[in-house]
Amino acid sequence: MAAVGSACLLVGLLAALYAVGSALYGARTGRRQWVVSSRRAMYALAGLTVGATAIIQAAYYRSDFSFALVAENSSTTTPLFYKLTALWSSQAGSLLLWVLLLSLFSSAVLFSTRRRHREIAPYATAVLAGLAAVFASLMLVYASPFEVLVNPPVEGSGLNPLLRHPAMMIHPTMLYSGYVGFSVPFAFAVGALITRRTGADWIRSTRRYTLIAWTFLGFGIMLGALWSYSELGWGGYWAWDPVENASLMPWLTGTAFLHSIMVQERRGMLKVWNASLIVATFVLALLGTFLVRSGILESIHAFGASTIGTPFLIFIGVVLAGSVALILSRLGDLRTEARLDSLLSREAFFLLNNLVLVGICFVIFWGTFFPLISEAVTGTRASVGPPWFNRYSTPLVLVLVLLSGVGPVIAWRRVTASSLRRAFLVPVAATAVTLVALLLFTSAAESTASLIMFCLVAFVISVVGQEFARGAAGRRTMTGEGRVAALFGLVARNRRRYGGYIVHVGIALLIVGVAGSSAFPEQRDVRLAPGQSMELEGYRLTYREATARILDDRSGTGAPITLGAIIDVEKDGERFQLSPSRNYFGSNAASAERPVAGFFEGEATSEVDLRWGLSHDLWSAVRPDLGVLDEAVRDADRRFAGAEFREAQGLVVAALAERYRRQAPPAQFRTLVSPLVAWIWIGGGVMLLGALTALWPTPDGRQRRVRSLYAARVGRELSRA
Amino acid sequence: MEYALAVIVLLGVVALVVAAPLRPGAEAEAKEDARRAELEAAKEAKYREIRDAELDLRMGKLSEADHRVTDRELREQAITILRELDELAPEEQPAAR
Repeated sequence: MAAVGSACLLVGLLAALYAVGSALYGARTGRRQWVVSSRRAMYALAGLTVGATAIIQAAYYRSDFSFALVAENSSTTTPLFYKLTALWSSQAGSLLLWVLLLSLFSSAVLFSTRRRHREIAPYATAVLAGLAAVFASLMLVYASPFEVLVNPPVEGSGLNPLLRHPAMMIHPTMLYSGYVGFSVPFAFAVGALITRRTGADWIRSTRRYTLIAWTFLGFGIMLGALWSYSELGWGGYWAWDPVENASLMPWLTGTAFLHSIMVQERRGMLKVWNASLIVATFVLALLGTFLVRSGILESIHAFGASTIGTPFLIFIGVVLAGSVALILSRLGDLRTEARLDSLLSREAFFLLNNLVLVGICFVIFWGTFFPLISEAVTGTRASVGPPWFNRYSTPLVLVLVLLSGVGPVIAWRRVTASSLRRAFLVPVAATAVTLVALLLFTSAAESTASLIMFCLVAFVISVVGQEFARGAAGRRTMTGEGRVAALFGLVARNRRRYGGYIVHVGIALLIVGVAGSSAFPEQRDVRLAPGQSMELEGYRLTYREATARILDDRSGTGAPITLGAIIDVEKDGERFQLSPSRNYFGSNAASAERPVAGFFEGEATSEVDLRWGLSHDLWSAVRPDLGVLDEAVRDADRRFAGAEFREAQGLVVAALAERYRRQAPPAQFRTLVSPLVAWIWIGGGVMLLGALTALWPTPDGRQRRVRSLYAARVGRELSRA
Repeated sequence: MEYALAVIVLLGVVALVVAAPLRPGAEAEAKEDARRAELEAAKEAKYREIRDAELDLRMGKLSEADHRVTDRELREQAITILRELDELAPEEQPAAR
């Protein structure tokens, strides 16, 4: 089947190249049938990549180690869920995922716009097909997922243990869906620039795809943070790691784009800015893909050496240079249609919010690439750490949170002093009450930045709450509905607006979590023997006993050996247990001379145990000391060296694990009390809810009623005109 | 051999898919009125703006005077779109008129 998979890729590349050619030919000659044909070629590409993906997934399912990719990233003992998600842990699999998602996104958008954008769509098709052709070529030339081994191994290497976490396996598909999704507005922007149709039509048609991409990317970032918090064993969720930063940058510029396109839709302003923003977003998305795979910057998230670094970098350069040249050549067509009426208007605040978002992105870009910049300038590679990022990004984030509260209550064009007073009276009062409560009842004043952040969050939430309350009250007056029905009716009729407001609340809640957990964490690293205790923030933690399990990892990673601890926890009369552990995955380098040691010398991962709470999390990780087993392992290696003892091997390892459990030495514990961290995940969930609300399509029937209602009203005025 | 056969079969399938619109008499889709679809989308967007402005008025974000100006501008733009739509198919007059 590998041959059929390879054939799918080759024919897919040819289909993509055909789509480029026929779309451009159709656009130049005005012969529509060639444009339709190019669109069909993109559907064919989607079918071929789905076929190729199905073939490789079937190979993973069957543990068919004649596929080099399967042998490298899976094994017979890998749990099924991880077998089916192992594809994107490799470079070749990532590229296939890119083409798969790109072809599906492209097919969806080209189908939905098939009766619109006659001038723009052919060029957008050519751009999307061109992108697919580049990725398909990289796969065929540098990293084919269908490489076959002449002598397949009996057992595969297994999936990288660090990736064996549900969040981490969903995370890449979300992240890539975000990256790839931004190619849709990018392609239509290029089409609009080429055809000089720079109005808001292309924005209206692709806004939904931009929001989908933004949602996927944001959700992917959240899953990555959750993975970091619960898998990496250091206690944090964000380390300003280059790959983390690379995913955040396009999300920030994408956020700016989603706001500023509203100004172009409403007022015909910010056209150059919007074109530049979507180019920046897409190039940053490509850069994100590049950083994960290139290994150019050191990162915990960068997996495997890459063979596509140089050609991919050239490709990014071509996209950037071509897009900038196109924008510069169309400056005359991108002239604004209106002027800013007032600095106190929604469009002015959107522009300000854009500048802050891009400012944060620039700070992150500079810090992320500083090692390369410093090496190029001084010859020495220097890097900046989290304190540097925090120092420069925190003030900007404070301004951003303030703007996310001000923006929703400011009207388009201009706002009067009386409406400003009316809009801000309640939120400012709520903020003042919050400030007093924080000063009187909490220790928030110990961190000025956090205190300001909490107050701004109160401001944002009260603004949005007031928007919902006033909107629902207005609807009740008009319709006579009950409170709840009016609220739901209001959101259902204005999904884009109120979905956006819900996202603002989600961001505010997320900021509460970030501010609390980063300003007031309590951490202790201690070495405890069984029976010993430690105290942290009123908790008394006692290391009761060691645990040892063979092929019984309760988090489902398929780890052969799991060593851990049971900790009795007590606080204010409440008692519960934590059971952190560490998984040992063994080394493939285990030789006939060292058949037992290999089990303990491979990769090991932390399985954190934590007690979630709205006020704080109690988080615990353990690092067992395997020194107690050294002599026994050496002895076992001597006894069984060179011997065929595969059946006894498991018994020996089980005996060693049991020995660790019974004679447990002191173990190293890291324990954290992280305030408010749960609000990060709650905020992420609220953001997702808001995005889905904004994305949810309006029912056709309702749309028709609205259409006829306004058509009648506009029609009446037309008859008077 | 298996590879070559797969390539030939898949190429044949793709050729059938992409060549269909190029056959004589297969231009039905090509004649669809794209301009009408664009204008319909523009009209929807304009109606949404009118509704948003009304919501802003009800919530006190827009004064009566500002709303009157904005609403008039938006309705004029909507009228322009409706006129263009009418010009595309004069025989299909909107029922509301």
